Amino acid sequence: MNFTFTDEQAMIGETVRSLLAAECQGSHLRALMRAGATHDAGRWRKIVALGLLGSLVPETVGGLGLSACDLILVAEACGHAGLPEPLVETAGIALPLLAALPDSSRAAAWLARAMSGDVTIALGHPVNPFVLDADVAGAIVLVVDGALHLVESAEATLIAQPSVDPFRRLFSVSAPTSAATMIATAKAAAPVLAAAVNRGALFTAAQLLGLAQRCNDLAVAYAKERQQFGEPIGSYQAIKHHLATAQVRIEFCRPVVYAAAAMPPDGGMHAKARISHAKLAATEAADLAARTAVQVHGAMGYSWEVDVHLFLKRSLALANAWGTPLYHRERCAMRVFGAPVGPAHTFAQELRHD
Amino acid sequence: MDLTYTAEQNAFRAEIRAWLAANVPATRLPSFDATPAGFEAHRDWERKLNAGRWGMVTWPVEYGGRGLDLIQWLIFEEEYYDAGAPLRVNQNGIFLLGPTLMEYGTPAQKARFLPAMANGDEIWAQAWSEPQAGSDLAAVRAKAVRDGDEYVLSGHKIWSSRAAMADWGFGLFRTDPDSQRHKGLSLVLFPLDAPGVRRQPIAQINGEIGFAELFLDEVRVPACNRLGQEGEGWAVCMATAGFERGLMLRSPARFQVAARRLLELYRRHEAELDATVRAAVIQAWMDADAYALSIYATASRLVAGGQIGSEASINKIFWSEMDIAMQRTALSILGARAELTRLAPDAIEEGVWLDSYFFSLAGPIYAGSNEIQRNIIAERMLGLPRA
Repeated sequence: MNFTFTDEQAMIGETVRSLLAAECQGSHLRALMRAGATHDAGRWRKIVALGLLGSLVPETVGGLGLSACDLILVAEACGHAGLPEPLVETAGIALPLLAALPDSSRAAAWLARAMSGDVTIALGHPVNPFVLDADVAGAIVLVVDGALHLVESAEATLIAQPSVDPFRRLFSVSAPTSAATMIATAKAAAPVLAAAVNRGALFTAAQLLGLAQRCNDLAVAYAKERQQFGEPIGSYQAIKHHLATAQVRIEFCRPVVYAAAAMPPDGGMHAKARISHAKLAATEAADLAARTAVQVHGAMGYSWEVDVHLFLKRSLALANAWGTPLYHRERCAMRVFGAPVGPAHTFAQELRHD
Repeated sequence: MDLTYTAEQNAFRAEIRAWLAANVPATRLPSFDATPAGFEAHRDWERKLNAGRWGMVTWPVEYGGRGLDLIQWLIFEEEYYDAGAPLRVNQNGIFLLGPTLMEYGTPAQKARFLPAMANGDEIWAQAWSEPQAGSDLAAVRAKAVRDGDEYVLSGHKIWSSRAAMADWGFGLFRTDPDSQRHKGLSLVLFPLDAPGVRRQPIAQINGEIGFAELFLDEVRVPACNRLGQEGEGWAVCMATAGFERGLMLRSPARFQVAARRLLELYRRHEAELDATVRAAVIQAWMDADAYALSIYATASRLVAGGQIGSEASINKIFWSEMDIAMQRTALSILGARAELTRLAPDAIEEGVWLDSYFFSLAGPIYAGSNEIQRNIIAERMLGLPRA
């Protein structure tokens, strides 16, 4: 039993955190917004150069063969920065999905291209009604009658579904599929799609955790600066208590997200429940911290000029990405009502027969 | 990161589980706050635990412990609460003063007080608050006047848990009469049956005498009863308060067992209930597990040589609010039976949920109110300016 990160894991997280602290500040996000773009090609090149895209891809096919625990702090850092580019979506979700289909040469070819950072892969998973970044992706993975198809974006019909988050471009996607586009039969696709939900929910939870902390960081900084009645507003208990309450919620979300990262993504009821627990806790923390940040900023918090709304909107969007709260509560219910609970069962997992 | 128990940890769990199965009283002991008989029954239980060296497993062997680490302590607590073992009547001693003695006590003080504490021979009460020094603890007025090799204690302490029947008190006194606020205070240990000590039990919200007022009138104790340096009492007390709010006093197993009992209660009444109650029951499991995971993370960090920081205040807010939420959910399940006391023939589980609900309301108040904890988090963790 050792619930701490290794030095290597902490270092990977710190590397991404410091890159994004330099390259993904509020001013950068605003410049992107003014340009009407959602991705910054220069920043993406620097992210690709970190060599993390293949983190969860087995070494046998050119990846790093790492686990979710190695990438969870990276996802948290991306949330904290409000990163628009799809590092989490690529390294954490899309590429492990393609890597889980070794029998498909089509999947393997696109996996190799995506690992190099030349193209991105958009993922149309049934748990998400819309497809993120389908317009800029090289290819889109779609589910048709349970089977997985990989279609080139140029061949797909996209209907834009504008999101309130200026950096999330969502689409309804349809495309002609055939035996040539299929990368997994329905039978083979089912476990792959199930693992994708777990990775999607886990890494979204980590991003929400980072977002929550960013919102509180912004509010704390403002409360130290803004003066009313001759004192910084952060010296008043009404403000202090709002910020402390948000921080408590964040601190009790953090270990749940980290523990969820240690569960096998292809695990059963116990893994699903802990990952769903993490998603719910992170959604609550981000929601509270974002609303608190708006309140502590006062009228500034309701303005376009202050960055808070960018993180509020990302929190709102991610709250329902990779499973709504209702969806995740039911997965927790399966665990709560389906297996023993109590102090000796905190770290329970199914016995694995492999 | 490895979230599995080692073979050694599993063996330890099996050992304590077997001992508890053989030794935990079959029927619940009467409350230690209601009658001397209940108090003494719990003292006997402490002696039994100590005889098996199960009283405080993290303490050094020389003081009756097993020298185990915090992960093993968590495993012990899990099995302890799982087995429905009695609440610890000496919790102010073993969980609060004990660790403080280990840190600040002289070898002679440790030898004098720790074994008797571990064996329940001396049950401890905390004597910090005063009528004018509650949340503002630094306003303490009770004084300890040095007279040769003795201190002469005078003053008025209040809200002292267990003090109605306990044996000893650890109190915060002003040793420098000219001092202000946090300076000039000292922590002094005194027997509650010493000449000059008058105890006035205070009935709690549930009618039991869980705490008392202490009127001290020139109580003489040897100067060697001072814990820590003279004038350094505030720092010593803050160390104790860290143990109190943080890791030791409210171990996660207590809430995980409460969440499970809530789940069982829900299942028995499920047909009468709606989805909001179901959601609250699921939330109770999530919160209790989140608390456990957080404590495991902290314990892992401390075992690896880290220091405890603002976790104490953070934890206290979380567990106290979680407890209230769970108890309120239970009362909502009981519906019209929620108000029935243990005397009512139709009371569910002998009205125990009502007792727990009232007790949960004390959580955000004792060990430093949650308002004070939020100030601490805001100022020390978030770096906000003091008023």
